[in-house]
Amino acid sequence: MPQDQQQAAETLAPQPTKPAQGLLAGYEALGHYDELLALYRDTNPSARAILDRLDGMDLETLCDRARDAELELYNFGITFTVYTQKDAIDRILPFDVIPRAISAADWAVLERGVQQRVAAINAFIGDVYNDGKILKDGVVPADLVLTNENYRPEMEGLAVPHGTYAHIDGTDIVRGNDGAFYVLEDNARTPSGVSYVVENRHLMLRAFPDLMHELPVRPVSNYGQRLREALGDIAPESVLDPVVVLLSPGTYNSAYFEHIFLAREMGVPLVEGRDLLVEDDRVYMKTIRGLQRVDVIYRRINDDFLDPEAFNPASMLGVPGLMRCYRKGTVGLANAVGTGIADDKAVYAYMPRIIRYYLDEEPVIQNVETHICRETEGLRFTLDNLDKLVVKPVGEAGGYGITVGPRASRDELETCRKQLEERPANYISQPMIDLSVCPTLTDHAIAPRHVDLRPFAVTGKSTWVLPGGLTRVALREGSIIVNSSQGGGSKDTWVLE
Amino acid sequence: MSNLLARYAASIFWLARYVERAEDLARILDVNETFSRDSRGGQNWRSILQLYADDERFFAANPHASAAEVIHFYTLDAGNPSSIVSSIRAARENARTLRPLISTEMWTQLNIFYNRLRAMTREDLAEPRLARFCSFIKEGCQTHTGITEGTFYRDEGWYFYQLGRSLERADQTTRLLEVKYHLLLPSSQDVGSPFDVSQWNAVLRSAAGFHAFRRLHPSGMTAANVAGFLLLHLPFPRSVHACVHSAAQTLEELREGYALTGGADALEQLHELRAMLRGHTAAAVVQAGLHELLDDVQARLNAVSAGLASDFFGLGHAAAAE
Repeated sequence: MPQDQQQAAETLAPQPTKPAQGLLAGYEALGHYDELLALYRDTNPSARAILDRLDGMDLETLCDRARDAELELYNFGITFTVYTQKDAIDRILPFDVIPRAISAADWAVLERGVQQRVAAINAFIGDVYNDGKILKDGVVPADLVLTNENYRPEMEGLAVPHGTYAHIDGTDIVRGNDGAFYVLEDNARTPSGVSYVVENRHLMLRAFPDLMHELPVRPVSNYGQRLREALGDIAPESVLDPVVVLLSPGTYNSAYFEHIFLAREMGVPLVEGRDLLVEDDRVYMKTIRGLQRVDVIYRRINDDFLDPEAFNPASMLGVPGLMRCYRKGTVGLANAVGTGIADDKAVYAYMPRIIRYYLDEEPVIQNVETHICRETEGLRFTLDNLDKLVVKPVGEAGGYGITVGPRASRDELETCRKQLEERPANYISQPMIDLSVCPTLTDHAIAPRHVDLRPFAVTGKSTWVLPGGLTRVALREGSIIVNSSQGGGSKDTWVLE
Repeated sequence: MSNLLARYAASIFWLARYVERAEDLARILDVNETFSRDSRGGQNWRSILQLYADDERFFAANPHASAAEVIHFYTLDAGNPSSIVSSIRAARENARTLRPLISTEMWTQLNIFYNRLRAMTREDLAEPRLARFCSFIKEGCQTHTGITEGTFYRDEGWYFYQLGRSLERADQTTRLLEVKYHLLLPSSQDVGSPFDVSQWNAVLRSAAGFHAFRRLHPSGMTAANVAGFLLLHLPFPRSVHACVHSAAQTLEELREGYALTGGADALEQLHELRAMLRGHTAAAVVQAGLHELLDDVQARLNAVSAGLASDFFGLGHAAAAE
């Protein structure tokens, strides 16, 4: 048949390594690992379709549609609010219209790797707050965990349903120039960003239906349902139809949109501390009918603000007596209190050993090589190679306080050296990973920009990983810092069947 | 199933009130602009300040009650909590809190409406444009009302929304009447003059009631007729009687449909108010003094709101429910 002949001829001909006809003709990955081009070279039919379709668009139309998409974010209020003295400014997380694709084979690795990580984290937290075997065996230094500011003695000896502490976990993963994935960070407290995963997909389907047309992309819209099921798993055992609420610090919180999103997707009330109270060691919410029992709380408030009786007495956001109820088992909390010991940047360095210790398995996804500056050897190595390493403070989030050695000025390196010498335990260092790139729409062209990936895992009785996750992209040319506070944006993430 | 959060009930109630308030303020500014086209114009803008008891706050920031300043004060002045932009902002803030409960379309429309309003400047209020500005506000508010009617899930929240809108509208109609009757009280030789009639005409039009009024009174236009229509005429949806009637019905249905024990005091107030309005005739109202009646109605409406707040909005939480 002529069609078969045609196909046969195509497979024999040398395969193009990238589209070269239109918009992408001048596109170069500049020596970085390119998420889409790599799949294109592997003749992944979906990646070919995506890039060929993009190649056939003209820049002006693409920019117009990108602007429309961003306007939609404003109109839907998918924003975080920045408060200045005078004003409240709604900002969006910049959205890049070119999706990041993940092959089915890569996703299988990522999914297994995340599930393994979550299993190890939960086993670790349970062990630390109960028997402390891993500390006694000297696998993880006891003082590192017990003196950690996120260690909560209130959790000692407490059994939690299904041994699950990190019900919602986000794993920050990057891909290096070698094409391998590495875990950069665990987020086991209150990881945020999942609302963007789902909203980016909705936005993409509205703004670029032609780009996704008939491609086998795995859906993400059932996150709320899976989360609600997992939260049901941790209700007190006697409760048949648990009342679940989402506890938010309120409209001033920068992640408030996500709180709204999750409450809507789950169909549960979005409450604030002032809506809840404790009587007779049970949690109630104030309704028009009086007080109603609450069985499970998905809290988006940090440990220390959760209960002024147990933690920070100045907290106005929490619920006095909540911790007492939790310890008595009359209410379920997600995430559990005290999970911060597992996502500390210093504990991170021990994660491969933690995985081996509890699961007797090799890590599916490796850590980035990490030097622990609290250890003499690690500090010396870091000081000797300061200009080649990325130095990170262990307590900070949001990309703050990071010194990128190869990009730093002499003054910046000196400041970093001084800080390291003053408080070595406060830092870790890692080699600079040449993060993979994705074609990204810039003002003038489609250009490569560095990306990472945060898959989200939901765990009740078992662990489910949302296909894909949040792809963050460093929109500034050459930048490797993807945090939204530092000029980062996001992309829709397509896991291909 | 969980019950409606007390805080949500308050937010829905106030969301409806703020949108209704913005719409009615636009109506009042619109009609006042019509009045002020005569030689006594400047005086008329000052009377709006008296109407809302805002003199003190206004004069603290502005030395003169010029038309432009008073209009700005009530429209785009974000520092004035009773300006239109402040009302829509408060409506949007409540909507933001309520997003788990309201439809996406309700939220999106209010969000866009507020952002467009916030981007407006004094230029959009200049003389020939004020009417257009007021239309923009009315349309935005009515779009909200329509979207709400068409998309808002009918549970307890819907009743609180209806209550808020009815009570605010009743209150604002009394204020609209005051603009003409109390503050623009014509001199005796003006009564029934073409000037007086044209003002009543404008009041009716601002409440979108002119044509309905004409169907009821095919000829003539007297103070008693118009005041009676806006206060007492049940079929007219902006009349005080219609709003009070609707609020009473809503509260009855809410309490029965959801087996709620709260709200008894508020309902009693509404029943009394309705009986009072039912028993009056237009002529008697004018004779007995419209101003006193309007004051009384406003005070009773406030008592209804206070009753709802103490029973439903989380200020008291006596009994634990199953």
